[in-house]
Amino acid sequence: MSNRIHIKQGRVIDPASITDKITDLFIDQGKIVGIGESGVSSAGFQADQTINATGLIVVPGFIDLSCRLREPGQTHKGDINSETATAAASGFTRICCPPDTTPPIDTAAIATMIQEKVTAAGFCKVSLLGAMTKGLDGKQLSEMHALKEAGCIGVSNAWQSIANNQTLRQCLEYASTFDLIYFSNPLDNSLANKGCAHEGAIATRLGLPSIPALAEVVALSRDILLAEQVGIRMHFCQLSSAKAVKMVADAQRSGLPVTADVSAHQLMFTDEYLDNYQSLFHLRPPLRSLEDLDGLRTGIKNNTIAAICSDHQPHEPAAKMAPFPATEPGISALETLLPLALNLVNDGQLSLMTMIEKLSLAPAKILGVNEGKIYLNGSADLCIFNPDKQWTLEADSMLSKGKNSPLLNQRLTGQVQYTLVEGELSFSKNEPGS
Amino acid sequence: MTKESLPLSSPPTDAFKKSTQLQLNSQGQLRHFLSINGLSKELLTEILDTADSFVSVGDKTVKNVPLLRGITVANLFFEHSTRTRTTFELAAKRLSADVLNINISTSATSKGESLKDMLQNLEAMACDMFVIRHADSGAAHFIAQHVCPDIAVINAGDGSHEHPTQAMLDMLTIRHHKNNFEGLKVAIIGDVLHSRVARSEILALNTLGVEEVRIICPNTLLPHDADSLNVKVFRDLDSGLEDVDVITTLRLQKERMNSAFLPSEQEFYNNYGLKRSVLSRAKPDALIMHPGPMNRGVEIESEVADGAQSVILDQVHFGVAVRMAVLSMAMSGQTTA
Repeated sequence: MSNRIHIKQGRVIDPASITDKITDLFIDQGKIVGIGESGVSSAGFQADQTINATGLIVVPGFIDLSCRLREPGQTHKGDINSETATAAASGFTRICCPPDTTPPIDTAAIATMIQEKVTAAGFCKVSLLGAMTKGLDGKQLSEMHALKEAGCIGVSNAWQSIANNQTLRQCLEYASTFDLIYFSNPLDNSLANKGCAHEGAIATRLGLPSIPALAEVVALSRDILLAEQVGIRMHFCQLSSAKAVKMVADAQRSGLPVTADVSAHQLMFTDEYLDNYQSLFHLRPPLRSLEDLDGLRTGIKNNTIAAICSDHQPHEPAAKMAPFPATEPGISALETLLPLALNLVNDGQLSLMTMIEKLSLAPAKILGVNEGKIYLNGSADLCIFNPDKQWTLEADSMLSKGKNSPLLNQRLTGQVQYTLVEGELSFSKNEPGS
Repeated sequence: MTKESLPLSSPPTDAFKKSTQLQLNSQGQLRHFLSINGLSKELLTEILDTADSFVSVGDKTVKNVPLLRGITVANLFFEHSTRTRTTFELAAKRLSADVLNINISTSATSKGESLKDMLQNLEAMACDMFVIRHADSGAAHFIAQHVCPDIAVINAGDGSHEHPTQAMLDMLTIRHHKNNFEGLKVAIIGDVLHSRVARSEILALNTLGVEEVRIICPNTLLPHDADSLNVKVFRDLDSGLEDVDVITTLRLQKERMNSAFLPSEQEFYNNYGLKRSVLSRAKPDALIMHPGPMNRGVEIESEVADGAQSVILDQVHFGVAVRMAVLSMAMSGQTTA
């Protein structure tokens, strides 16, 4: 096992210190022991491995706020080994898993089992969200203290919105007792009904049952009011509408501890891609209008939306092989996250520095972990990517068990070359020189 | 997913939208019949002209023509239907095809078999055409695109999306009585939100060049972004029926009462039921149409349904000819593709 790694002449970008320069990194015992001239001297450093990072960008390892591993219970879609390996290959050093496994993460035993398996697989670190209610049934409080003891950093009811306001209030009061963060997927199920597409001209023409943006903002406004009353720290997951971004901004302006994220594909696609019933674009929340896309892009620019996530949801082929309303929502999204994010940069929507921040430092802060930055004696959690590398996404070469990407056979730009977790290579596109 | 690349932008570029011409072959002929959306006025007129030539077949003693001899047509009805299934069966038989009727609501898919597996089995039995009705919008597209690309797929109604043969038989009925479409004002009354008939009909009427399509319904039954459908919206019959040439009333499903779309059948009838008392608002020779089956006393008064202006039975009569036209054209377009 090699412990001492020398990363040579990479363009190091660190949003925490607002660093952007070509320099060397020296890693020993899992920590960054030298950055350029500071720390260890290159003369005295005996590297076991040298990574030539010329032309590559070295950034803090990506941190994903929403990544479904599908284990336990849905291992025909994905499993801990396959999906954490995919995360490593996509530049991630930490992922956060929602509680909607089968059974859900509503007991300490499930939480412990997932963490042990992720650790044993060795590809990345994991943060877990516990189920707020038992079986995500929206009725009975889960044992949140036990879940916290087992390592859950927050609670969520995933996409099963809690219909009863009193129940939700008590869930939040109980969660706040133990300083758990409330992760909300804002969607009012009665307004979402059994919809599968954004309510608008496209769904009307295609005759698809629709989910109005109203379903998001009604749930969101309720959550904000309750969270304000209870005084709990809350995070909104995967916003989809312009109006929701405005409401989150208002809450932030009034001083509430509210953060939000958006999935990369919500920043890139609209409901127009549903033409011809392309089930690979079936998402929950649905792809919305061009105005919503603009609102979300404004939200990431003005920092109302702190983080960009993958919202990775691998599926078996049959889950997408049915008439559109009968298909399951979600995209196998880890492997295309960097190209989509770089596309935003190339499109002038974000600076490279801000994009990196939204994939590393910002989600680290939301999860409350001291990661997402490059500093002397800090943990060597790094992603090294080639921003110009062109490649084609092919089902056969995807690492995820889920091949459900609308970007299949698409020419993409930007590819991860190496990922390091605590100084160990968790992914390497090429064998590093010694 | 198509091999050509998806543009990474929103809105999608034309390269992406091009792939939506699923129902036409390289010469622009019909090879599936999935939706009115995307079809030209010329093609719709060709369907009507072909149907016209078949109308007389039903009047002869020997009612068969040999156009589809040796072809097997499978009628796959995942939702209950009498009229549509029967007229498709008659149409296929008059074209000398072999017909297989499968009612699937009680069959394979309830045993857990996927739609894809089931259709591939039928394809393996050498069926040549599928006529499909399904509760999910996009079901016919799905089959044409992903399951059986070499089999002509005819949409006999998919969810709330389209019912294109119903729209074409309505067009044939209108053309028969009014000679052409220019200058016509057409009103569609009732549950437009859930109606696949209305969607197909609005598209067909606008493509064929009527002067105005109106929809008349309460706001709970109005489609979202109704303006995008190129219609004029009215909330009451008095103003909506003024001066119209054609009136279509839609069937009202009983379950709308239980799911808070409407308070009662009685209140709906009072406001939106087509009655003699409001008929005078329309032109004296206005046609009365209904896709069937009718709820008399809910969306239409019996005297109106059976009255002199009613062409409801003509619709059924023309239904066979239109379905003969669509079946024969799609089969020919599929084999020359």
